[in-house]
Amino acid sequence: MIPETGHYALIIALVLAIVQGSLPLYGVRRDDVAIMRTGITAAFGQLLFVTLAFGLLTAAYIQSDFSVQNVYENSHSAKPMIYKITGVWGNHEGSLVLWVLILALFGALVALYGNNLPERFRATVLAVQAWVAIAFLLFIIKTSNPFLRLDPAPGEGRDLNPLLQDIGLALHPPLLYAGYVGFSISFSFAVAALIQGRLDAAWARWVRPWTLAAWAFLTMGIAIGSYWAYYELGWGGWWFWDPVENASFMPWLLGTALLHSAIVMEKRDALKIWTVLLAILTFSLSLLGTFLVRSGVLTSVHAFAVDPERGLYILVILVLFTGGSLALFALRANQLKAGGVFAPISREGALVFNNLLLTASCGVVFVGTLYPLALEAVTGEKISVGAPFFNATFGPLMVPLILAMPFGPFLAWKRADLAGTAERLYAVMGVSLVTFLLVVWLRDGAPVLAAFGLALGIWLIGGAIAELAFRVKLFKVDFSESFRRFINLPRASYGTALGHGGVGVMVLGVVAVMSFEQEKILAMQPGQSADIAGYSVTFDGVRPRVGDNYRDIVGHFVISRNGRIIDEVDPAKRVYIASGTPTTEAGITTVFPSQVYVSLGDPLEAGGFSVSLYHKPLVILIWLGALIMTIGAAVSLTDRRLRVGAPKRAAPRGAAMPAPAQ
Amino acid sequence: MKRKQRRLVLIGAAGTTLALAATLVLTAFQQTIVFFNTPSELVTQDLSPQQRIRLGGIVAEGSVIRGQGTEVSFAVTDQIATVDVVFEGILPDLFREGQGVVTEGILDTEGVFMADTVLAKHDENYMPKEVADALKEQGLWQHSDGESNQQ
Repeated sequence: MIPETGHYALIIALVLAIVQGSLPLYGVRRDDVAIMRTGITAAFGQLLFVTLAFGLLTAAYIQSDFSVQNVYENSHSAKPMIYKITGVWGNHEGSLVLWVLILALFGALVALYGNNLPERFRATVLAVQAWVAIAFLLFIIKTSNPFLRLDPAPGEGRDLNPLLQDIGLALHPPLLYAGYVGFSISFSFAVAALIQGRLDAAWARWVRPWTLAAWAFLTMGIAIGSYWAYYELGWGGWWFWDPVENASFMPWLLGTALLHSAIVMEKRDALKIWTVLLAILTFSLSLLGTFLVRSGVLTSVHAFAVDPERGLYILVILVLFTGGSLALFALRANQLKAGGVFAPISREGALVFNNLLLTASCGVVFVGTLYPLALEAVTGEKISVGAPFFNATFGPLMVPLILAMPFGPFLAWKRADLAGTAERLYAVMGVSLVTFLLVVWLRDGAPVLAAFGLALGIWLIGGAIAELAFRVKLFKVDFSESFRRFINLPRASYGTALGHGGVGVMVLGVVAVMSFEQEKILAMQPGQSADIAGYSVTFDGVRPRVGDNYRDIVGHFVISRNGRIIDEVDPAKRVYIASGTPTTEAGITTVFPSQVYVSLGDPLEAGGFSVSLYHKPLVILIWLGALIMTIGAAVSLTDRRLRVGAPKRAAPRGAAMPAPAQ
Repeated sequence: MKRKQRRLVLIGAAGTTLALAATLVLTAFQQTIVFFNTPSELVTQDLSPQQRIRLGGIVAEGSVIRGQGTEVSFAVTDQIATVDVVFEGILPDLFREGQGVVTEGILDTEGVFMADTVLAKHDENYMPKEVADALKEQGLWQHSDGESNQQ
């Protein structure tokens, strides 16, 4: 009965979504507040029933109910409980239910916190949100029903793809989806604004916290996915410029642009039309990401479905929503009043610069990701566009962006003094230059580009610190006064500093790993030692080990430096019993912020094993940087001015004043 | 500055960024694109020396030889032509004889493919898409039904 109830719950959720997508709009037309408010109830009801469906699917997994096809195909009774639960979304059908669950959750949150929105506007937003839900619920029910039964029920399941049997599966997809789906809120707000033909600074104030939250989730989701691939795939790559990665990176880039342009819109009532366009495109790219990953046009561990009907359906959703919203944009954009003016050298100007470069870099990634697919579809020729392409195009676009970043927060609105700002950054410029020279000098023969890259990282971190120091008048007033000012800074200022500083930390890690990584592939006999980057790695031999649902051959390695033992690692070759699939479990030692990475290869005919050793300098900073950015966003969200529901009074039309909530 | 001038500055900046991005993309396309070939396409093709390509096919049965140290040699075949491949390093977990594989590298003057990357992202029911398509074209391989949902 459980699966049937789940299926039924999905259908009820669909019906509620259809109500939510139509009745409120009818209410707007009739100017009837009671009818408009049906959307709120429907949003809560939709959440209730999607949660029920999700819960029942989870129950089927926990009970290992192999009469459910989805459970049979992706689970196994010997699988540890945590992977039985996370396995719910480790497959096509279940992951879509999770997608819809998060969508329903966000929709209900808008309904809950939307009391300060104008009644008509909230009704429209909820209706648009429901259209997205309708599309995906229909998709699930028509092509990807997770509750299909098998008769007779098999005795044992086929097990989850071993690469997915990892704690990463508990975190990466939900966070990533929260990011993707979070952008649906900005999308709904944008479309609702276009439908109503009204757009003011208050709009940006409503949209910003949602965008910021979605962006934070997406940042963390991508970072965790990167770390997961790094330790699970066994060769220490942290970013592959793989199409499925780019699929999540493109909405991130445009979402970052959106965050910044929404600031201009909120504070200065400018860039309005552009911001709406960005909101539409960001969510469209989230949908594109879903299409690329879920349709089977790409081969990857992410591509579960190779059913052409499903791919076609997602393509239709993508075209309908992107095409529809862009057509609406083209129709209505000229009715929106253009905003205020500003000099090129100003905070607005800097943010426009940010937007141009982020959009261009997103475009570059877009071309590199889709060109091979387009070429194959048109000419049948198969090419691969890999890391060299993206390094040669994305990298150069980031340089001017990074150079400009520390200037931005110093510049005044409307018209700013560039020379004066540069003066405030002299110290940071000095430190960056010293970094550059030091790296060239210390690392004799180090590539100049690497030294330049590290200097860029220092420039960003220094710039973030300099901005805070300037705001608290460090060394200009006495220290207790600076401290008092520091405590009283608006939270959004910390957010900016952490966000920009976090990028700097990440740049340091990326450049260091790309330039100074060391790698050795060796044939090692038990008892043998090898040196890498000043560490000595001794191979003690291998032993068998049996886990819940796998068998290991575990190697034992002792890592020491200057004769002192630092750590011991146990990389393994693992075979999952149910599917017979082999995987590699890397052995990693962290000497903050660097890592030594040991990967056990195949046994060799002459005895011994092939072993890969890597030294990854500063590699931790890559993910630490992402974490700092996320913390920055979270801190910003606690700012009173930004808090969801902060604008208690509906701002007067066209007013650009931020409403102080104190 | 007047409103009109400011708008011109904005349009100029946008145009410059766009031109920069387009230049970067076009240059990079000329230098970094890697073409995919099957063994039979590879042997008939005129390649410029040092040109990186991808070679995909099936690892020929009985062809894997682990030489001294970590060097491995194997042959990639599409049943029409066979190319010998030399690779230094650890093979992916799913690399096996009789299975699909994609390698990337350079064809040396003696017709041996020096691979620096070997990809075998698949399980026993599944092949790299490029390989499956290429084999299907030659009518040599059929996907077994019902196994498509694994990965």
